[in-house]
Amino acid sequence: MTFFLIVTLNGLTLAALYFLAASGFSLIFGLMRTVNMSHGAMLMLGGYVGYSVVDATGSWAIGVLCGGLAASAAGAIVQAGVLGWMQGDELRQTLASIAISIIMADLMLWYWGGITYQVELPDALAGGQRLPWLGVGYATIRLALIGFALVTGLALWIFIQKTRMGAIIRAGVDDQQMLRALGYPINKIFVLVFALGGMLAGMAGVIAASALSIAPGTDLQFLLSSLVVVIVGGMGSVGGAALGALLVGLAEQYGLAYAPTYGVVFTFAIMVVVLAVRPQGLLGKAEQ
Amino acid sequence: MRYALILIPFLVLPLLLDDFWLTQVLTRALILGITALSLSFLATYLGVVSFAQAALAGAAGYTIAYFGPNSVEIGIELPFWASIPLALIIATAFGGLIGLIARRSRGIYAIMITLAIGVAFFYFTRQNYAFFNGWTGFSGIRAPLIGELSLRAPVPLYIMCLLTAGLAMALVDGFARSPMGLTIQAVRDAPGRVMALGIPVTTPIVAAFAFSGFLAGTGGILNVWFQERISSFTVGFGPIIDILIIAVIGGLRHPSGAFIGAIVYVLLDTFAVDFIDRERFNLLIGSVLLLIIIVAPNGLQQLVLDGGTRLRGTALKPDKNP
Repeated sequence: MTFFLIVTLNGLTLAALYFLAASGFSLIFGLMRTVNMSHGAMLMLGGYVGYSVVDATGSWAIGVLCGGLAASAAGAIVQAGVLGWMQGDELRQTLASIAISIIMADLMLWYWGGITYQVELPDALAGGQRLPWLGVGYATIRLALIGFALVTGLALWIFIQKTRMGAIIRAGVDDQQMLRALGYPINKIFVLVFALGGMLAGMAGVIAASALSIAPGTDLQFLLSSLVVVIVGGMGSVGGAALGALLVGLAEQYGLAYAPTYGVVFTFAIMVVVLAVRPQGLLGKAEQ
Repeated sequence: MRYALILIPFLVLPLLLDDFWLTQVLTRALILGITALSLSFLATYLGVVSFAQAALAGAAGYTIAYFGPNSVEIGIELPFWASIPLALIIATAFGGLIGLIARRSRGIYAIMITLAIGVAFFYFTRQNYAFFNGWTGFSGIRAPLIGELSLRAPVPLYIMCLLTAGLAMALVDGFARSPMGLTIQAVRDAPGRVMALGIPVTTPIVAAFAFSGFLAGTGGILNVWFQERISSFTVGFGPIIDILIIAVIGGLRHPSGAFIGAIVYVLLDTFAVDFIDRERFNLLIGSVLLLIIIVAPNGLQQLVLDGGTRLRGTALKPDKNP
């Protein structure tokens, strides 16, 4: 029983990490219908920059912030410089973002090399906690992940649903022409969305590099998990990303614990079942 | 017949070129071209860009490795007349299965789903030791012998790949004109109308994916004979993206773009070392890909065709498959 509960807790913390990683991807996709395949690379950029900053300054918070800002700048540049010119041609945008992801991954490999890095945690998050009922030790950072995910999810939801900026972005998705006619600079708004998505990816990258580690290939790992999370949960809804992350995280940990060599199959089976029943994802809106 | 005529000049190349050019450039380009053709076929006629082609090719390659001579003591050795059809059947069935999973998804959704399938297959081959021998995979795989002649020798391998490529192009051409091929194109253009006519949409989509699996499987078999080994890296993210790069560089408007893309890719891969650091190849190929997508979204093939039109000063006859 204890084993089962620990595996469940592992699943929950992993789900939190997946949600953090997928939220930026889901945001950009949901608002702009752009599949940003360079999302994994942005996450990795955030992780690497975060590592270097923490290494230099010793402050974890500044590291997370700088990682987020670096990926945010990368996102803005990608949208303003390349993808913005292809707005409306989704396939071309997807292919272009793949090219960008290849370039970014190679540049990062060039600069940071093929070494595995782990970001040093602040004292408050390092070490472990003794869990009250189970009586076993558990890493504090992994418990903190759940908190980070809740805060991020809530903030994102408030931003999109409750603020004026969020309303403008939502309007831009529904009717670009009208918003432009009303005098809103739609291209700048889309660059902003990309910057925000990059920010989320970059911060998730630093957190992932602290809780786990970061090395070449991390980009692909999180791109895949984000894809599956978003496919399962439903494209472009915060709640969908949360539900998708929960299912995938739990499935992966149960799979790892009870059927080690077939872990991937569980994740995959969930995706297939969801697609068979609800192609738009569990909480996604059907395509018009 | 058209393809037979195109093949003739290529048949004399073994007399002119040395083994390096023949094997490392032309044969490699042909094998990559056949695999990328499976993607170009789907993109041209079904309008779906699939990222699962490396997994399909890998499934056939792994079958050949598992049921053939290898040096890792896994699997059952079958004669080649049994293992080759088996590999093709498995690749075709796997293709059909992917089609079934992705049948209701188009455009970017199909990309995400097939990418997830492709990458999941990669992680699966890495974790599973019973069938895929995990990380290390299979080595010591041998191509069949015909009498004393090994099909892995440069000239026989080249000729075999060339004929297979010609046959694959002819098959694609014939399949596209067949009633099923026409239905597939109808599904691409107007799925709603096809359904309104009372034709189920699932069958053509699954058929297109299955045929694409057959093509990819052919490429996968040739590749495993060429490389003489197969491992999880053969179906990893690198090969997935390489196939896409080849198809996009060549152009997704017509299946033959795959071979144009393949030769450009192999030439870059082989000779880029002379200009840039070997380690930075991804930077080069990524930049080339980005440039092509920005400048010529329909690939090199379209650039050549447009150039030809401008030279002649006449409009090219409208593409049958826009």
